[in-house]
Amino acid sequence: MRWLLLKDLQILRRSPLLVALLVVYPIVVAVLIGLALSRGPEKPRVAILNQVPEGGEVISLGGEEVDTSRYSQQLYDAVDPVRVGSREEARELVRDGDVLGALIVPSDITSKLQSGLEPATVEVLYNAEDPVKAQLVRDTIKSQVQDANAALGRKFTGVALGELDLLVSGGNFSLLGRDFAVLGLGPAERILAQARASLPPSSPVRGQIQQVVDFARFARENLDLSDEVLGSVAEPIRVDARVVDGAGATALSSFAVALAVTVSLMFVTLLLAAGTLALEREENAFRRLVRGLVSRTALLGEKIGLAALCSLVVALVMLAGLALFVGLEWSRAPLWVAAAAAGALGFAAMGAAIGALAREVRAASLLAFMISLPVAFVALVPSGTVSGAVYDATRVVSALFPFDPALTALGAALDGSGGMLLPLAHLLVLTLAFGAAARLGLRRFG
Amino acid sequence: MIQTPATPGTAAVEGGAERSAPPPVLEAIGLSKRFGTRAALREVSLATHRGELVAIVGPNGAGKTTLLSILAGEARADAGTVSRPAAEIGWVPQQPALYGRLTVAENLRLFARLERCDDVAGAVDRMLAQSGLAERASDRVETLSGGNRQRVNVAIGLLSDPEVLLLDEPSTALDPRQRERLWEFLRGLVDAGTAIVYSTHQVQEAERHAHRVLVLADGEAVYSGSPRDLEETVGASGLGFEAAFVEFLRRRGH
Ligand SMILES: Nc1ncnc2c1ncn2[C@@H]1O[C@H](COP(=O)(O)OP(=O)(O)OP(=O)(O)O)[C@@H](O)[C@H]1O
Ligand SMILES: [Mg+2]
Repeated sequence: MRWLLLKDLQILRRSPLLVALLVVYPIVVAVLIGLALSRGPEKPRVAILNQVPEGGEVISLGGEEVDTSRYSQQLYDAVDPVRVGSREEARELVRDGDVLGALIVPSDITSKLQSGLEPATVEVLYNAEDPVKAQLVRDTIKSQVQDANAALGRKFTGVALGELDLLVSGGNFSLLGRDFAVLGLGPAERILAQARASLPPSSPVRGQIQQVVDFARFARENLDLSDEVLGSVAEPIRVDARVVDGAGATALSSFAVALAVTVSLMFVTLLLAAGTLALEREENAFRRLVRGLVSRTALLGEKIGLAALCSLVVALVMLAGLALFVGLEWSRAPLWVAAAAAGALGFAAMGAAIGALAREVRAASLLAFMISLPVAFVALVPSGTVSGAVYDATRVVSALFPFDPALTALGAALDGSGGMLLPLAHLLVLTLAFGAAARLGLRRFG
Repeated sequence: MIQTPATPGTAAVEGGAERSAPPPVLEAIGLSKRFGTRAALREVSLATHRGELVAIVGPNGAGKTTLLSILAGEARADAGTVSRPAAEIGWVPQQPALYGRLTVAENLRLFARLERCDDVAGAVDRMLAQSGLAERASDRVETLSGGNRQRVNVAIGLLSDPEVLLLDEPSTALDPRQRERLWEFLRGLVDAGTAIVYSTHQVQEAERHAHRVLVLADGEAVYSGSPRDLEETVGASGLGFEAAFVEFLRRRGH
């Protein structure tokens, strides 16, 4: 069996196209995914004219100092900022296409924010030559301004609520360094009630005071409710996010890594196992071998071992490559190996079954591709995108092939989300089942 | 060149005729094989002894390959028994069974190792010399001509030095010189005691080299005996063996 293994490795080494495919394919996939994960789309180049004087970014809202440069900084981080000195310069850069847009922050923005009477305005200049890029600039600036709006809105509301509370309950109010005592509706209501009680019952003023007391109560009670109303105005839609299922679900980047590795593992292993087994038949060597030189089971074991070994190496190289782009925890490397090895064995057994079925290298490769693509797609169907019954069916189909458990195991190995034992056991069962199917296929193989 | 030696053992093939010592090294009794409705082999029996060369002849589709591959353990008979385990029998299949991407020497070495030869390198060198491919030892088999591939195919079957050797049309595709070299080699084996059963369409080859011929037609063993006896059976001793063989089949309706 050792000699057969060496023979297959030798044949592989002499199939440059296949080896190139097996080596280059996972590397290309890894690099593409790595790049996609590590770099978002290019930041748009935007000219920035900030006319707010130095130190003028701090405004005082309800006695609280708010540094508005915090919000402008977020915007600058979202773009590739080009500082300019004048409106003309900004306009020119936009016109010449040196920048995709310009943002002009007027000097009066902080005073307008401070007063809260008039909306502050920023000016945006676009070059609409490339509609896609213009859209990118618009979206970037809009989303940043909206974030700032929401944050400032909450601050304004807080201030307004404080003032309302003052109106209702009374208290001290400071303006320009001077303190004022504000009576408040509640205390006013009490004073009036006392004044009314001190009047003789026949006094006509009593009825009038009663009217004022009623009004004060009405106003107080309704203003008391208004803080909730105002709170909801500041943040009309609040996002209350909570995870319902899959506590500690696989992070997106580890998921992408697990997916890339599993897809490569699947193709490499299936092609190798199916191809090398079918090759034995195509070269007529199978009959010669099983006439007492090696048993069919040993031959099968050799093919499964060969495919699993080669693809395990490819998968680990790929993981190491991806680790350059995505922060992977090297301390978990033994778990990666376990997950990748179990997945490789599952795919190898499946590939051997395909090879035993197809009997020819070409047919085997084609069959491996044709089976693996839908298997991967079916395994990736998210719940909720199809009806419940269809989703259940996709789960059942996925459970019959190694792709889904391999993906789960690898995802768990990468970031510790969920247990690995179940998918590993699942892969072991599939390995044995596909191995048995392949062995059955070999009975009529020669 | 070398005249057919006297037939050792008995010439009995069918029906288990009584024979004195020694016992056959390979004995098959009542082998039958069907492919669907077609009977490829009908109750064919065959026994061969140490140092005996048996030729199987017959028209295309007569069942020669079917019979040999059952003896070699590649195919399973529907009925009948074979006395010897397939693993102990050397086998050269009709279709080359080689790895195209490996060189001639690598193919020989691989199979020598799988056959657990004691002296792998020695066996490889011997077979390279026998097949006359020593100077092409490091060429890949896929780059060889059809005949040279057949040489390697035969050489692999001869590696293990078995007591019984089966060859399915070994000389097909070989040039006359290599054919002669093959026969020299096989005769050497026979002299050393190996029993050889081979099929061929070269009737003269059967006449010249075989102690015994088994004629198959439509899956049936229609004759078994020495080539000379066949000529006499037909009553055409003047015509030569090939004409006698054709006449024999014609009379039987083939
Ligand atoms: N795998 C198979 N499936 C169906 N029929 C087969 C198969 N192998 C052989 N046969 C049939 O069995 C019969 C005997 O075939 P076999 O190959 O033994 O003939 P042969 O004597 O070796 O012929 P040739 O001289 O052409 O090599 C033929 O009719 C053939 O069609
Ligand atoms: Mg044949």
